[in-house]
Amino acid sequence: MILSSIRRIAITSEGPTLENAVDPRFGRAGGFVVVDLESMATSYVDNDSSQVLAQGAGIQAAENIANAGVQVLLTGQVGPKAWTALQATGVRVAQGIEPMTVGEAIARFKAGGFAFSDAPVR
Amino acid sequence: MILAVASGKGGTGKTMVSDSLASVWQHPVLAVDLDVEEPNLGLFLRPEPVRDEAACLEVPVLDPARCNLCGACAQLCQFKAISLMGAQLLVFPDMCHGCGGCMRVCPQGAIQKGQRVLGRVETGLTASGIRCLTGRLRIGEAMSPPLIAKVRQHLRAMADEAALDVIIDAPPGVSCQAMMAVQDVNVILLVTEPTPFGLHDLRLAWQAFRSLGKPMTVVINRAGLGDEGVQSFCREMGLQVLMEIPFRREIAEHYARGGVLAEFDEEMRDLFTGLARKIAAMAGAGGHHA
Repeated sequence: MILSSIRRIAITSEGPTLENAVDPRFGRAGGFVVVDLESMATSYVDNDSSQVLAQGAGIQAAENIANAGVQVLLTGQVGPKAWTALQATGVRVAQGIEPMTVGEAIARFKAGGFAFSDAPVR
Repeated sequence: MILAVASGKGGTGKTMVSDSLASVWQHPVLAVDLDVEEPNLGLFLRPEPVRDEAACLEVPVLDPARCNLCGACAQLCQFKAISLMGAQLLVFPDMCHGCGGCMRVCPQGAIQKGQRVLGRVETGLTASGIRCLTGRLRIGEAMSPPLIAKVRQHLRAMADEAALDVIIDAPPGVSCQAMMAVQDVNVILLVTEPTPFGLHDLRLAWQAFRSLGKPMTVVINRAGLGDEGVQSFCREMGLQVLMEIPFRREIAEHYARGGVLAEFDEEMRDLFTGLARKIAAMAGAGGHHA
């Protein structure tokens, strides 16, 4: 992977800070911590708009990710429809995140500890 | 006359009561299985197939040459069947509920009508002259209400054409599927069992269906099992218990072999004939299809 082309990444999270636990869900994630890798500044994208949907949460979450202007998403697993939607945005996805904090996930990502997926979880 | 045989709890004997009532019904009858996710009435009535056709839902198909990415359709869709992702309009036909709104709001005429197969609508006729109708949801299809709506259209057409009474084997529960099955009927028959589970779900069903203002009545299956809770509830709510089916191993064996309970012995035939008469009386003077 070419890390230099990646400036902002999003991590599915149970809360807004680096100390919060990662959320393995994508569509129904609590929210997304967005990190600027250079400055390490964080911002939080609430995922309420997906959680209130009876269906299509993954697609809505993909729209939220697209609007956040990130190049990479770290999460537990992405379903087939959300995957199709994310593919359209060009956001690269790493799945299979284990229980850890958002800060730990970022450190692991920077150390090359995540592989990008080439398929959704079916 | 349309009767819906419903219950809150699954596995209480809806199908057993439905097929037995159909087999002793005095007037020409149409037996309908609206439990389209797992229809089983046909296993007992064993009709010869008459017709078998696909039921479809109208879903959007994008003509990318006409689309100018205005996003009006995606904004309208409440089900995320259409999503505008950057410079791409994505269509997810599986998510569509078939409202047709996207086709109406598109200023470019870029959304064409496509079809998603919901399942099959099957009709049949038994050796004893019972007409049968069922929906069968396609494996992988998530939405049963639109298929139930299609089966109900067939129901009305078939019942009107031959002046048939109708017995509906309803889906379990009290969700959209069950509510759809009991609307527009003359009588709702709730099948329950005298256990805490039976009572809990009977109460839910009674609460949900009460708003429809239809006459409701009860059959208790597996009588002798459990406790007195269902009986007390029925007394308290003024629900008449029209029949009790005893909890007997021979009945379960007969059912497990695909037998119709009304054909088990003369006593059962008489019980169900009596039940059919009482229900027809409840449905009103004529007792015929309105």
